[in-house]
Amino acid sequence: MKKIALTNSQYIMKKGKILRTRQLTDFEKLFEISLEGGERLDHEPGQFIMLSVCGAGEIPISVSSSPSNISSSFEVCVRAVGKVTNALHKLEAGDEIGIRGPFGKGFPIRIFEGNDLLMVAGGLGIAPLRSLIKYVFDNRRDFGKVHILLGCKSPADILFLDEIEEWNQRMDVYYECTVDRAVPEWQGQVGRITTLIPGVHLEPERTFAVVVGPPVMYKFVIKELLAKNIPGRQIMVSFERHMKCGMGKCGHCQIQHVYACQDGPVFNYDEIKYLKESY
Amino acid sequence: MKDAQYSVLRKEQFDGFISRLSKLQRVVAPVARGYNNYSFEEVSSGNGISLKYIPTILPPKKYFMPQRETLLEFDTGRGLNSEAVVECEKMTIFGIHTCDLAGIQCLNMVFTERPRDYNYLMHKRKINIIGLECNEYCDEYASCALVNASTPSGGYDLFFTDLGDRFIVHINTQIGENIIESTKFFESAGKSDLEDLTELRAGKRTLFTKEVPVEPRYIPELFDRSYNSKVWDELGERCLACGNCTLVCPTCYCFDIKDEMDLGLKSGRRNRIWDSCQLESFARVAGGENFRKERSLRQKHRYYRKFRYPVEKFSRFFCTGCGRCSRTCMAGIKLKDTLNLLIEEFEETVSTLMEGNY
Ligand SMILES: Cc1cc2nc3c(=O)[nH]c(=O)nc-3n(C[C@H](O)[C@H](O)[C@H](O)COP(=O)(O)OP(=O)(O)OC[C@H]3O[C@@H](n4cnc5c(N)ncnc54)[C@H](O)[C@@H]3O)c2cc1C
Ligand code: SF4
Ligand code: SF4
Ligand code: FES
Repeated sequence: MKKIALTNSQYIMKKGKILRTRQLTDFEKLFEISLEGGERLDHEPGQFIMLSVCGAGEIPISVSSSPSNISSSFEVCVRAVGKVTNALHKLEAGDEIGIRGPFGKGFPIRIFEGNDLLMVAGGLGIAPLRSLIKYVFDNRRDFGKVHILLGCKSPADILFLDEIEEWNQRMDVYYECTVDRAVPEWQGQVGRITTLIPGVHLEPERTFAVVVGPPVMYKFVIKELLAKNIPGRQIMVSFERHMKCGMGKCGHCQIQHVYACQDGPVFNYDEIKYLKESY
Repeated sequence: MKDAQYSVLRKEQFDGFISRLSKLQRVVAPVARGYNNYSFEEVSSGNGISLKYIPTILPPKKYFMPQRETLLEFDTGRGLNSEAVVECEKMTIFGIHTCDLAGIQCLNMVFTERPRDYNYLMHKRKINIIGLECNEYCDEYASCALVNASTPSGGYDLFFTDLGDRFIVHINTQIGENIIESTKFFESAGKSDLEDLTELRAGKRTLFTKEVPVEPRYIPELFDRSYNSKVWDELGERCLACGNCTLVCPTCYCFDIKDEMDLGLKSGRRNRIWDSCQLESFARVAGGENFRKERSLRQKHRYYRKFRYPVEKFSRFFCTGCGRCSRTCMAGIKLKDTLNLLIEEFEETVSTLMEGNY
């Protein structure tokens, strides 16, 4: 059979070079990546890329840095869980990977402007949310009050501790963190992330809530947010689904008639509340 | 173009036609493969072709979207270098039934929709299609009339209808005309040929009738009301999650993408492979959640992908009524039965509502 080179294939990757890596915990590592020729990724906070370690495979990963970064590089924070993620963790500065994207609908930042923000992350949910948090800090005066709530299993699992310390010092953000299991030195809250929400003072009409975490977490967090009278269309959730193509074809990310890779991964609650498969 | 685009091929010329065509390019056609099993295979003469066949084990989608196809070749020896590729060749598929023509039309919509799939588009461009009419039902599993796929509606270059001692051939495209011209076995169609075709089609209208008692336009609503039906639980209890039903379906196109390394571990390729939403791992994510863990949910998903979800997106059903899923299922799950059960259940609720017994 004849083999023909395709110059327009959607599967063509851009070359990405790893500039720096930082081990955040035993399982999570941060990668700073630049595209060939200094090209910008040009993403929206909340969008994802398809990242290839050729030979191991290609996986969806959220962009963890803000598009408002001055440098043209971007960051991803990856947890080692399987074949591709473990292969990626073995790579170091100078190594090359493949990048497609950005894909999907990110957070509607322009709609957020002029409103208060309540950002809630559980576990690795901080990876995509960090792109939004950093964007908001870079453009802080465009937004009203900003709340950040974090939930982690234990203090050792908290990602980006140094950055969080900074947020803690800022006077223009309300920040709180809770862990499921504390250690003696822990000075923060203990308990599920849902316990933090009732205590937040917010004006529901002008508040947009952003929730990123596993289904058990977003399910209960959304309930609390609705109890605070935040309208459904002002509650944004980011979904993690199995994804192979990022282009609405392979079928893996489908939630009933909705494709998480194209219609999402960010949805507002009113869009997904009737979809039984979203929980 | 001329108005009446019909030609005639005498049966005794059929073998010569296929032989001549196969010298010009690769020809594949349905051939017998053991008892009541057929398969599209390469042919070099008309004699091996089964002109009467029930739907082949795999539909012709295997030529448009091969079971395994290389999307990308890469080399990691000195940094990362990669190139997108497609492996394809010019060919003619002879003998595609109207159900499978409809299946190809479904796939065309999916893969030409943006972002376009250029691997698919290359295959599509290289393949010529010659359809073949079913004068009668293949077997009791078919439900092509329900989805309006028992008569041709485009999707081919030439379309053959068997009129006993000859075929009447509809020429739908210039490519079809070129095939006729270059093989030189065809005669122009006369009045009696066209009359015979009209008569055959009229007979088919009484022979092929809705196989399931529901108006097609109500099917989306039937499914809207059946999301919580116990029919799905019942299917879930029987289904073995083997994935055969989706494998053989002409409109199922879900895929996986996997890398493969050469022995030297420096170069390799990225392949696209057919996948099935019926397999347990299909919707599982790294966190451990599985969004369609139960077989009942996966069966339900399959049926909604045929009769509900594509209606909004593509304005058509993604079932062609070919019956393959029912023929292949070891658990005896049959599409017509499932639809009948949904209809019965729906009618029961309606009548309870009417009687005010709820
Ligand atoms: C939109 C999106 C954003 C994501 N962002 C991040 C991120 O910022 N950081 C991060 O660490 N992880 C992220 N993930 C999860 C990440 O994609 C998976 O951890 C990764 O695909 C696992 O690949 P693997 O080869 O290492 O694991 P495998 O060895 O393939 O399998 C491990 C587990 O991961 C599941 N899995 C396999 N492939 C996929 C896939 N393509 N999509 C989802 N799950 C899969 C398998 O079902 C299995 O349960 C994101 C996922 C999505 C959909
Ligand atoms: S062929 Fe039958 S048993 Fe196999 S997955 Fe399909 S419905 Fe289930
Ligand atoms: S669902 Fe079954 S009958 Fe319908 S097109 Fe697919 S295999 Fe054929
Ligand atoms: S990732 Fe393939 S359809 Fe969404």
